[in-house]
Amino acid sequence: MDNEINASSMADIAFLLLIFFLVTTTMDIDKGLLTKLPPMPEDDTEIIDAPINARNTWPILVNARDQLLVKGELMSIEELKRKTKEFLSNNGRDPKLSDNPDKAVVSLKNDRGTSYDMYIQVQNEVKAAYNELREEESQKKFGKNYEDLNKDQQKKIRKLYPMKISEAEPENTGNS
Amino acid sequence: MGKFSTKRGKATPAISTASLPDIIFILLFFFMVATVMRETTLKVKVLVPKATELQKLEKKSLTSYIYIGEPTPNYAKTLGTAPRIQLNDQFATPQDIIQFVENERVKVDDRLVPFMTFSMRVDKEVKMGIVSDVKQELRKANALKLNYSATPRTEVY
Repeated sequence: MDNEINASSMADIAFLLLIFFLVTTTMDIDKGLLTKLPPMPEDDTEIIDAPINARNTWPILVNARDQLLVKGELMSIEELKRKTKEFLSNNGRDPKLSDNPDKAVVSLKNDRGTSYDMYIQVQNEVKAAYNELREEESQKKFGKNYEDLNKDQQKKIRKLYPMKISEAEPENTGNS
Repeated sequence: MGKFSTKRGKATPAISTASLPDIIFILLFFFMVATVMRETTLKVKVLVPKATELQKLEKKSLTSYIYIGEPTPNYAKTLGTAPRIQLNDQFATPQDIIQFVENERVKVDDRLVPFMTFSMRVDKEVKMGIVSDVKQELRKANALKLNYSATPRTEVY
């Protein structure tokens, strides 16, 4: 006598469950550019424009046509990273560029008509410039990749190249 | 000679499929662990931009999403194709953001509120105007950890 329960449909049941999960779930791990917004100024605080030497700012303007104007010069997105690195790691050599990375401030301003893609590309290139400088510094100082350093060492590097990116509120000039 | 002919004529036995369910179950468990439930159905078209300097978001449970993009064809008939904000399952205006942030904060433990991240999944065609409005509202709601969702790009400028 054969008393075994027929288990051949088990596979089909499991397949159904599997397909259900495949359909209802997503695999993608969210990745992106992490930033911190500046806190809203309190009503009673006065806005004091701290004097920043003109050479220490790196103003990046993006217009409604996604064109870049960096420190008064038209620039393409391909050049932005290299030029930003030059500005940050100048250390007082060129009188037009920054005194040192600690004082240097990257200032972003875009138009309400700028495309989001362009905005992200600019953010990305500026971040890339900082990351590359940190990587180089880490190689020079510790002979290791920045990612492989321990927390204290990373902190040291970050202190040398603090990411100072200021964002102005966008202007509405273009045809948006 | 009969030595060799004994097996001839018999059909090959069927392959046992008894272990097949187990294999499928293993697959199933793998998918259950590796994936997350899709909480919202997208009502807007979102194709996020590509970037190189990406960071992973650590805590899925502490992340809330804000979608901005053109309404999908179904909704575009009534709403037009101007970019819209989607929070949870419905369309929203920038003014709804503060309430949304409050609702999201209630969902998590008090101690973890400072670690909450808001992830913006914005279509790359969208203009910055609406994005800045949302950012401004997030600042008002004091939700300052922000992530611009993007997909990896290999070519470097």
